[in-house]
Amino acid sequence: MKMTFKTTLVSALIATAGVMGFTSVASAAGNAEHPKQVNWSFKGFTGTFDRAAQQRGFQVYKEVCSACHGLSQVAFRTLTDIGFSEEQVKVIAAEYTMEDGPNDDGDMFERPGAPSDKFPSPFPNENAAKASNGGAFPPDLSLITKARVDGNNYLYSLLTGYEDAPEGFDVGSLNYNKYFAGHKIAMAAPLYEDSVEYADGTPATVEQMAHDVVTFLAWAAEPHLEERHNLGVRVMIFLLFLTVIFFFSNRAVWREVKGKK
Amino acid sequence: MASAAFEPKNSAVKWFNDRLPILGLLHGTFVSYPAPKNLNYWWNFGSLAGIALMVQIITGIVLAMHYTPHTAMAFNSVEHIMRDVNYGWLLRSIHANGASMFFIVVYTHIFRGLYYGSYKAPREMLWILGVVIMLLMMATAFMGYVLPWGQMSFWGATVITNLFSAIPLVGDSIVTFLWGGFSVDNPTLNRFFSLHYLLPFVIVGVVILHIWALHIQGSNNPLGVDVKSKQDTVTFHPYYTAKDLLGLGVFFLVFSYFVFFNPDMLGHPDNYIPANPMVTPPHIVPEWYFLPFYAILRSVPDIGIPFTDIVFVKAKLAGVIAMFASILVLVVLPWLDKSSVRSAKFRPLTNGFFWILLADLVVLTIVGGKPAEGIWPVIGLIGTVYYFAHFLVITPIVSRIEKTKPLPESISSPVVK
Repeated sequence: MKMTFKTTLVSALIATAGVMGFTSVASAAGNAEHPKQVNWSFKGFTGTFDRAAQQRGFQVYKEVCSACHGLSQVAFRTLTDIGFSEEQVKVIAAEYTMEDGPNDDGDMFERPGAPSDKFPSPFPNENAAKASNGGAFPPDLSLITKARVDGNNYLYSLLTGYEDAPEGFDVGSLNYNKYFAGHKIAMAAPLYEDSVEYADGTPATVEQMAHDVVTFLAWAAEPHLEERHNLGVRVMIFLLFLTVIFFFSNRAVWREVKGKK
Repeated sequence: MASAAFEPKNSAVKWFNDRLPILGLLHGTFVSYPAPKNLNYWWNFGSLAGIALMVQIITGIVLAMHYTPHTAMAFNSVEHIMRDVNYGWLLRSIHANGASMFFIVVYTHIFRGLYYGSYKAPREMLWILGVVIMLLMMATAFMGYVLPWGQMSFWGATVITNLFSAIPLVGDSIVTFLWGGFSVDNPTLNRFFSLHYLLPFVIVGVVILHIWALHIQGSNNPLGVDVKSKQDTVTFHPYYTAKDLLGLGVFFLVFSYFVFFNPDMLGHPDNYIPANPMVTPPHIVPEWYFLPFYAILRSVPDIGIPFTDIVFVKAKLAGVIAMFASILVLVVLPWLDKSSVRSAKFRPLTNGFFWILLADLVVLTIVGGKPAEGIWPVIGLIGTVYYFAHFLVITPIVSRIEKTKPLPESISSPVVK
C-alpha cells in the first residue's frame, strides 16, 4: 500500500503539473500558430548568451526596433554584460539625448546620455505612441520575452512569420502573421534582408537578425540569467552532497531501532 | 504527552531556565518529544511546511526593504530588485517559487492527514488549526501576487475582490471598503502590502498553536493506532531530526530546480506586463494552487427550480458560497467520519474514495485553468458536486458501513496475531 500511495500521488502531481503547463500555453496562445522551436544557447542548466549574437542583436534593436519600441528598464551601464567595454558604453550612451533638470534657473535642459541612464523611450507617453502608430501601442521591449508564452520562440516566430494573407482573409490596414493571436498585427514586417549591416560580416538575413535580437532581448529581460545558471549548478551540487550525507546519517541513526523490529 | 524533563548541566543555563523555562519548552518540542517510531516519509511535510514558512518570511522581509507599494512604482521597483539589488533576482525567485513550494508541501501534508485519519479524535483541534493556517496562507499568497502590479496582479485582485459584491445588501459596500475606493487602485495596493506583511506572523502564531495541539495528543502514525507504551516511540531528536533533514535536502533540491532553472514556470507571463486597468487579459487565471477552488467558484450555476425562471441563489453568490464551503467543510470532517479506525490502510472503501477525491481535485485543477466555455463548466460542475458528495455523503455513509481490516495490537507489534 505504501508504494501505491507514494507512486500514485507522485504521478498525480506530475500529471497535474504537466497538464497545467499545457493549459496555460493553450489558453494564452488563442488561435495563434504554435511558435517555431529554436535551440537557444542560453537554455539548459549551463546555458549562456552568445556575446556576438547579443551585440548584433543590440545593433538590430538600436537601428530597427528602437524607432517605435522602448527598452526603459535597461541601463546603458549594464551593456558591459554583453561584452562592451566601459569606454564603448560611454560612447553608446552619449549617442542618446536625455532630458534632465530642472537646472538652477528652473529650466529643463538636454544633455548627452551617461552610462547611468536608462534607454530613453521613443515616445513621451502611451497616447503619443498610439497617435504615431495608427492607434496601436508598440510595447516596451524590456521584458517582452518573459511577458509572452514561450517568449523567445514566440518573438522569433513573429519576426520571421510575416507572409501574404491567405485568399479571402481581410487584414484591412494591418498585416498578416499567423503567430500573432487573431493573425492581424499592426506592426508591419520590421526586418528585411540587410536591414542592418553587421560589422562582423555575418550575413544579415531575416532569420539571423531575428535570432540576434531575441538573444539581446532575452538578456534585457533577465540580465542575471548566466549568474542564475552558474550559481544554480553549484547550489545543486552542494545540496546533492548534503543530501547524501543526510541520507547516510539518517540511516546510521535509525539502524538500531530498525534492527530491533 | 509527558516529555522527559529538561535538566541542563550548565549552571547558567539552569539559572536561566528556572526563571524562564523557554529552553525546556523548546527541548520538549524538538528534542525529547516522543514520536511514534513508525512514521513514514509523508510525516516529513509538517517540518517542511515550517521551513517553507521561514524561507518566505526571511526573503519577504528583505524584499520589502527594496519594494515600493505604489501603483506608479511597484512594477519598476520589482524590476529594480531583479536587476540592481545584490542577489535581488535570487531573493525574488526564492520568494515567488517559495509560495508554490509552500503550497505543494502543505497540500501534501493535508492529504497525508486525510489518508491516515489524522483529523480524527482526539486531534480535531489540531486539524482545525491546520485549516485556519491554510486559509491564512491563501489570503497571504493572493495579496502577495498583487504586489508586483502586473496585469495578472491587477486583474486577479479585481476578480477576487469583486466576489464579495455577491453578498446580498452589503456586498457593494464591502467591496468599496476592501478597495479603499471605487476600483482596485493605490489604496488597495497599500493595504494588500500591509496585510501581506502582517499575515505571515499571524500564521506563525497559529503554527505555534498547531504544534502545541500536536504535542498535547501526540502524532498520529501510518497504522493509526494509539501509542501504547514507550516501546512504540522514539525521541524526536536524533531520530526525526535526522529524517527531517534528509527530507529537507530533497525538498531544497526540488525548490532549487525551480529557483535557478525554471523560475517563471509557475508564474504567468502576463504578470511581466505592467498593470493596465484599460486592457483586460484574454484569460484571467489565478496561481496553480488556487485553480481547484477557482473551478468550484465558476462551475456553480444559478440555484433555482429547473425549467422555470425561479432563481433562489444567483450563480455568482452560489459560487462564492461553494468556494468557501469547499474549504470550511474540512472543519467538520472529524464529525462526518464516524469510523473508529483512523488509517485508510485498514479501510478498503475509504482508501478507494481517497484516490477518487485526489483525482477529482486534479480534474478541478485542470478545469480551473481552462476558459469557462465548451465542455469545461460541465466537467467543473460534476467535479464540484463530487467534491462535496465525498465529504457530505460518501464519508458519513462509508464510515458507517465499511468493514475494516483487523488492526494491529500496537505500533511495536504491527503483525496481527
